[in-house]
Amino acid sequence: MSNSSASVGDEGLTLTPPDPRPLAIEARGLVKSFDGTRAVDGVDISVPEGAIYGILGPNGAGKTTSLRMLLGIIDPDEGVRRVFGHDRPHDIGRLIGYLPEERGLYPAMKSIEAIAFMGALRGLPLAEGRKRGLELLERHDLLNAADRTIRQLSKGMAQTVQLLGTLVHRPRLVVLDEPFSGLDAINQGKLEAMIRSLADEGVTVIFSTHVIHHAERLCEGVAIIAGGKVPYAGSVEAARDRIPAQVRLETRMREGDWTKALPKDTRREGDFFFFPLPEAGVEPLLRQLIEGEAGILSLSIERAGLHDAFVSIAGEAAARQLELDAAGGKA
Amino acid sequence: MTHPHNDAHWADLDAKPRLSRLEAAWVIARRDFVAVLFSRAFLFFLVGPLFPVLVGGLAGSIGSQVTKETSVVEVGLAMSAQDNAAMMDARDQLAPHLRGAVPSLREVPEAAGNADFDARAYMEARRGNYAAIVTGTPAAPEVIGTDRQARRWQGPVEIIAANVTATAPLTIPNATRQTVASSAASERSNRIRTAQAAQMVMFLLTMLLAGMVLSNLAEEKGNKIIEILAAAIPMDSVFMGKLFAMLGVSFVGIAVWGTLGWGFWTIAEQGVVTVTQTDFRNLPGPAVGWPIFITLGIAYFSMAYLLLGSLFLTIGAMANTVREVQTLSMPVTMLQLMVFFLAAATLTDAGSNLEILAVLFPLSSPFAMLARAALEETMWIHAAALVWQAVWVALLVKGGSMLFRKRVMKSGGAGHDKKKRRWGWARKMDQSGLGRAPEPAE
Repeated sequence: MSNSSASVGDEGLTLTPPDPRPLAIEARGLVKSFDGTRAVDGVDISVPEGAIYGILGPNGAGKTTSLRMLLGIIDPDEGVRRVFGHDRPHDIGRLIGYLPEERGLYPAMKSIEAIAFMGALRGLPLAEGRKRGLELLERHDLLNAADRTIRQLSKGMAQTVQLLGTLVHRPRLVVLDEPFSGLDAINQGKLEAMIRSLADEGVTVIFSTHVIHHAERLCEGVAIIAGGKVPYAGSVEAARDRIPAQVRLETRMREGDWTKALPKDTRREGDFFFFPLPEAGVEPLLRQLIEGEAGILSLSIERAGLHDAFVSIAGEAAARQLELDAAGGKA
Repeated sequence: MTHPHNDAHWADLDAKPRLSRLEAAWVIARRDFVAVLFSRAFLFFLVGPLFPVLVGGLAGSIGSQVTKETSVVEVGLAMSAQDNAAMMDARDQLAPHLRGAVPSLREVPEAAGNADFDARAYMEARRGNYAAIVTGTPAAPEVIGTDRQARRWQGPVEIIAANVTATAPLTIPNATRQTVASSAASERSNRIRTAQAAQMVMFLLTMLLAGMVLSNLAEEKGNKIIEILAAAIPMDSVFMGKLFAMLGVSFVGIAVWGTLGWGFWTIAEQGVVTVTQTDFRNLPGPAVGWPIFITLGIAYFSMAYLLLGSLFLTIGAMANTVREVQTLSMPVTMLQLMVFFLAAATLTDAGSNLEILAVLFPLSSPFAMLARAALEETMWIHAAALVWQAVWVALLVKGGSMLFRKRVMKSGGAGHDKKKRRWGWARKMDQSGLGRAPEPAE
């Protein structure tokens, strides 16, 4: 089973080279309602094996519900999902690691036992789980916390212990629900490094976030989710390519015949002109500017970011909500 | 780029990508068992029932002493001094043969030498501490007391007086005794007593222990651990694991209480027999014999525990807060009582419709069948009953876990290819588009 990584969006499909990798996750038409309200409304997602994939959307958009359906914690009302080709994710429970949004550990359990227990749930013998747990704790400078109970740990440490428990059985697929939530900047950086290192080892990582920068820095593919729908699912590159690059021009002369050469949708902000990169490139325009003696001080071509793509795809309201969520201390 | 150690590891995972339901249940059971056993709460739980037993024992002992003291019945004598003495002599002669049937007699001091002594007025004034007062003469005694007391002591007083007035001394022969171990009638009634006792013990144990299961999922729900469990293993394995863990904990509890009880018995056997009025050493044997009866008792206790426990686990899992769990405790206890009463009511009525209902109704079945083991020798029916009960345990666990997923976790009914097994999955795949690469587009 291979995957052609064409990106699907409201404005049609963007052609990208076919992805030869088999799919780790595929879902079609997932629908889930709670008390008559549609939380998820026809979600389609395809995640190739070995990819880092982000589910991006504001709080309440349906990210967690989608992940819970993909993992088989709950079944959808409609639609089909497959994980490594299995439509019942419990059938391949040992292959998956999951960090839920609301962290949960037994408070009276020692850290090392908590890690080993989470491994045991995924089929790792307890003794092996303890051994690997110690290695992981040591690697993350938490060896001194091994024999401390969860209630004795700080929130960040407990969060790390749970993450290590998610990884202790060396899963092929790691699903992280809002993993950056509650972490300080240093630990966010460490987590990003950990996710990259997992992907380097061939592990498929899928995580949800409402912070665009994490998705932009880490992911090769994203699903943008808003109001329970997925208006875009595909590569980050393709999402950014949906918006033409912007040209930023600064000239010594403010007026002159040369301004007629600027594209019609040019907007002026202070000393700068902004306009979409013309299809023919900037060379013909440059020639006219030089001939018109515009006095070019600077000219740069700026590629659209994922934030711009998000605004374009999900709309201003969803983007504003996303920013509010991120600013709300849940970064 | 993958790592070689991951490739080998994943090949191993691919070969066995999931835990079996039993393996998954074992992971949960092991964690819960250890967590409960080494918690301080369990220590209190173990000690808890000993307090009522201790208090009950003390109260029983004191009560018994008080009863003994207050039950010394004295009948006053208000005859002439000579008749009083003759009556007391006659009473002392009869007492060894009639034991408690004759009352203690005591001269009423106020009547001595008082020709005007009015026994009726004396009694009505509630003076003295006499059950009744005897006046008149041994030839014509008069018993004065409340209707009940006068009736009660009339006969003994007449016999004592007859002994006084007898012209020749009464000769009382010593009868020899021969005892038989049992008779048909007494064997049946003894076995019924055994059945009642066994049912009662099993009921008390399940009531004491199965209640623990009610709040068993509260910690997981409160700490959101349920998400991790539900993502990793099927919910029925979670339920099954929790049930068996608590059953294991119950056996530990029973072992501890049993050991303490045995220790107490060896120290104070006589006291226990006196207080409980039961000679445990000579309890009537059940129909199937003690070894099989005890084995069946363990099996039926396990089934009763698992059946009630699976129900309680489900009920408790539906609760959102500890307060809700506490509120549920009362109706749950009532349910237990009703089940027990159903089984107990049919004890003497083997084969009746109601008894068959008690045997078939899953929750009362272990109690009714334990009674049958005490009363009847048939063995095959126990094998059938245990299978029947085990099937119901499985059904209740499955139903409970499904209800939990549906009601608490709000799970839907799709997600997997239901028609796959019947029709092949190609048609569904075509419909859903799953497994089909999206069409390249411009």
